[in-house]
Amino acid sequence: MHESILTYKRYLYLRLAVLVVLVAVVLYAVQDLVWRPVGPPNGGTWLGYGLGTLGALLILWLMWFGVRKRRYSNPKKLEDWLSAHIYLGLALIIVATLHTGFQFGWNVHTLAYTLMMLVILSGVFGLYAYIRYPTEMTQNRRGLTLRDMMLQIAELDAEMRDVAMSLGDETNQVVLKASQETRIGGGFWRQLSGVDPKCPTRAALQKVEALAEQDASGAQGMRRLLAMLTRKDELLQRARRDVQLKGLMDVWLYFHVPLTFGLIAALIAHVVSVFFYW
Amino acid sequence: MAEHFTVAVVGSGPGGLSAAGRAAALGVSHVLFERTDHASDTIYKYQKGKYVMATPDILPLRSDCSFDAGIREDILGAWDNELESLKVNIRYNTEVTGITGERGNFVITVSGGEQVTAEYVIMAIGLQGNLRKIEVPGAAESDHIQYQLDDPDEYEAETIVVVGAGDAAIENAVALAKQNTVIIINRRDEFARAKQGNLSLITAAIDKGEVQCYYSSDPVAAAPGSITLRTPDGDAEIKCDRVIARLGAIPPRKFVEDCGIVFPSKNPAALPEVSSTYESNVPGLFIIGALGGYPLIKQAMNQGYEVVEFINGNTDLKPADEPLLEDKFKNLPDPNVERFLAKVQSSVPLFAQLNTLLLREMMLDSEIHTPKAGDTIFEREEFTNTFYTIVEGAVNIEVNPNDPNEVVTLGQGEFFGEMGLLAGRPRTATVKAKTACTLIETNRRTMIKLINSVAEVKQVIDQTAIVRQIQTYLAPEVSKEDLGGVVESATLNRYREGDPLFGEGEDGDSVHLIRRGSVTVSKRIGGRDIVLSYVPSGHYIGEMALLSDAPRSATVKAAINNTETIRIEGAAFKDLLNHAPDLRADLERRFRERLTANERFQQMPESGGIIEFLIQQGAGEATDVLLIDEGLCVRCDNCEKACAESHDGISRLDREAGPTFANVHVPTSCRHCEHPHCMADCPPDAIHRAENGEVFIDDTCIGCENCKNNCPYGVIQMSAKPPKKPGLLSWLLFGAGPGPGQDRTAKAEGQKKAVKCDMCKGIPGGAACVRACPTGAAIRVGPEDFMHLATMANR
Repeated sequence: MHESILTYKRYLYLRLAVLVVLVAVVLYAVQDLVWRPVGPPNGGTWLGYGLGTLGALLILWLMWFGVRKRRYSNPKKLEDWLSAHIYLGLALIIVATLHTGFQFGWNVHTLAYTLMMLVILSGVFGLYAYIRYPTEMTQNRRGLTLRDMMLQIAELDAEMRDVAMSLGDETNQVVLKASQETRIGGGFWRQLSGVDPKCPTRAALQKVEALAEQDASGAQGMRRLLAMLTRKDELLQRARRDVQLKGLMDVWLYFHVPLTFGLIAALIAHVVSVFFYW
Repeated sequence: MAEHFTVAVVGSGPGGLSAAGRAAALGVSHVLFERTDHASDTIYKYQKGKYVMATPDILPLRSDCSFDAGIREDILGAWDNELESLKVNIRYNTEVTGITGERGNFVITVSGGEQVTAEYVIMAIGLQGNLRKIEVPGAAESDHIQYQLDDPDEYEAETIVVVGAGDAAIENAVALAKQNTVIIINRRDEFARAKQGNLSLITAAIDKGEVQCYYSSDPVAAAPGSITLRTPDGDAEIKCDRVIARLGAIPPRKFVEDCGIVFPSKNPAALPEVSSTYESNVPGLFIIGALGGYPLIKQAMNQGYEVVEFINGNTDLKPADEPLLEDKFKNLPDPNVERFLAKVQSSVPLFAQLNTLLLREMMLDSEIHTPKAGDTIFEREEFTNTFYTIVEGAVNIEVNPNDPNEVVTLGQGEFFGEMGLLAGRPRTATVKAKTACTLIETNRRTMIKLINSVAEVKQVIDQTAIVRQIQTYLAPEVSKEDLGGVVESATLNRYREGDPLFGEGEDGDSVHLIRRGSVTVSKRIGGRDIVLSYVPSGHYIGEMALLSDAPRSATVKAAINNTETIRIEGAAFKDLLNHAPDLRADLERRFRERLTANERFQQMPESGGIIEFLIQQGAGEATDVLLIDEGLCVRCDNCEKACAESHDGISRLDREAGPTFANVHVPTSCRHCEHPHCMADCPPDAIHRAENGEVFIDDTCIGCENCKNNCPYGVIQMSAKPPKKPGLLSWLLFGAGPGPGQDRTAKAEGQKKAVKCDMCKGIPGGAACVRACPTGAAIRVGPEDFMHLATMANR
């Protein structure tokens, strides 16, 4: 009824990709016997041109995914495309590498190759993220949405400020700071790290623990405060983890897509310059 | 000498206004009496800015005064202008205190003792002038009791007791609760009379503690600043600042009877009977509008027009809907309206009991078909839910999906299509015309209204349905004669959500065929009720105990309200098995399946949780639910984007909202219920079910929000139409908005209408959310698939 992109249609596109790779590898291995080229394998042989054309077409087709994804009126399932995108994208590693004939240098050709490999690498990370993190996200949320967590945190904050009013200046201050200055998310690294080393709530929790140790007055209020701070700290951890997981699932696209456009520029330069060697 | 008129009209509501307007237009000498200083007091007293509906929509207005749905102020303003331009002789502040005499010489006495004479009297006083009062000791003297509420925002920080359980009482209570402490008094143990939307409003308010409710309680005494109730726990005096009693209105019986008019019964809500020309038992005295049984504005206005035409000698006047019916019947061999209606009444026993007005109303909402022999009327698995009656000819019902030659023939006067209507499921058979026929196709809403209001119709349909359902679902190969015993022993049972059909360990003396709703099968394992399976309508349950002569092995409960089963006695069922080898084989097979399924579930009781969870989320009444496998969902929201792009920029689904169990997430999105709650109370009848089961709202939506309030799953939103996306160049060069990334909905203008999932009806490839999901996490499932989901949850 329901399958993941990897097992989609019983690995239809994996089988297709393997077929493409096998054909490419076999042709590469036997090219000396078939075409009797002069010199070592490279992009300039018949096979080299063939693999290069195949690779370039694959790249254009893979890029078309960005367009296809937004064609909401297409009656076919997008899952079909993504499954093919993944396997044929991976097959491109072999096809393009064989196309190079393992000749690398400091030139625009190798630049195109490198950019392509980086695009594929970011895609592989994306695949890993898509397989690993969804379940973790669900488990981490335990039925709450990020908004629910924020609302609970806001409620706790209000309650804590009330309780702290009767508990002396020092306590009051750290609680106030915790409720006003605690942040979820933030910049790039902060989102992706999922922690805030200077979290005012964590600091308040430690401070209140210490204060409770020193001073036994208002013990009941302190205990309530501790319980609430712990609960907020736990919610914060989950909320930050949620932001982190969402970030991990999104971040690779910020490399995958721009690098692809870099690749297309390099690819055009590569193809055009090749015709000057003709 | 008293002034003399041809026509005297009492009451300037829509009916009286229209009657006087017609008289003025015809130049008939007339007088219109109004008790207050303004016309149409009932509508005048509506809440400020209230949107007034013009139902029934299909009925044309026939009056010299205008009327269209709109806000109170506009309607009243237009009428005031028309009173003037038509030169209606209206007398404000003149209450009629007595009418005597008969046709030709009525004497009408008005407040102050003045008298006028008239040849005809039209009584159009309605009911709202006579609100039902609290009649307990002390009530009449207490000035903190009121019977109307103009503006709920006028009151704050008061303790207010609202008496009544109807729509007005609920609307008042909920509105007052914003700024006041509100207690509502309901003499029954539930709010049965209220509209579905108000019912959900008041239950939510009571659950949240915003309104306090005394059930099964009645006022017994009143004193300034308090009211005393008789409650099930004894008498209770409630201190309050204000009592608002909304007990409805009843005819001003004494006044009407003093005019010589006879009521058919002693019931205070009874209305006087009138002839087809609206004449009462007093010759020359006519009754129109709510007092005559027609409470809708448009009906009353048409009657006002017609009654004056009748008086003026135009006896050939046809009812206002005549042209509509003529148009409907124009393709019939004999298109005469009266003759066709008479034929329907004489040839269809189901409609024999309907009076002409009801029949005409039903016809207005129906289509007439004249298929040729062999034409298909509907196909198996089609999701339509209309009801057909055969006026002439015969149809063949293809009962066996594998053999189109196995047919049941229905002839003149019989009906079909009732199963779709009752169960809310797809058609169970294909129906084709056997000969050339004349068929009436009646839509679901009209049919349900008819079933609920005419007892005979309900009874006939129920009885026929039982036989057909047993035949369709249990034993298609058994002849009607052999079914005799089973049908005789069959009883119809109704259950509310959670009611048990039978319990584990009880004697297994019967089989239930589920004809509406669905049930869950649960077992006590380790001290907890574990749901083992779910059985949708069209299936039977309870055969295990019967076959093995053992006590019930599990408890079966109704999964949703209004679940209906046909209960068949054990002996009769066993007897049936002897005639039905296919049924026996099917039974044996199901027995083995259930046995193994139950065993498997007992090994992993946690799987039961998923079924219970889905039932809680409305799966028990769903025909198609969107589920998201959170193990696959990468939270890209492409489903929402696809939905918005396919539907004018407004997403009908909220992916993130909604509960999750294990990996199964139920987003806020339409379940396309078997009996859609949203359809229950749609004034323009804008919500329909399409052939493939999609429940959708058409363009006639008036934005009343009833469906939104009625939906228990919160999937309907109110939204205006956002502007169209401009083309790339006109955005780039001319700055046409909204551009890429801009929220189109922010720029939406115009009236807000109800918006919900239509399962991408008419879009190739089906639901956009599912198509656009890159990882295959979004799936749509029907009731038959829920059992497989247990595995999805446990991956």
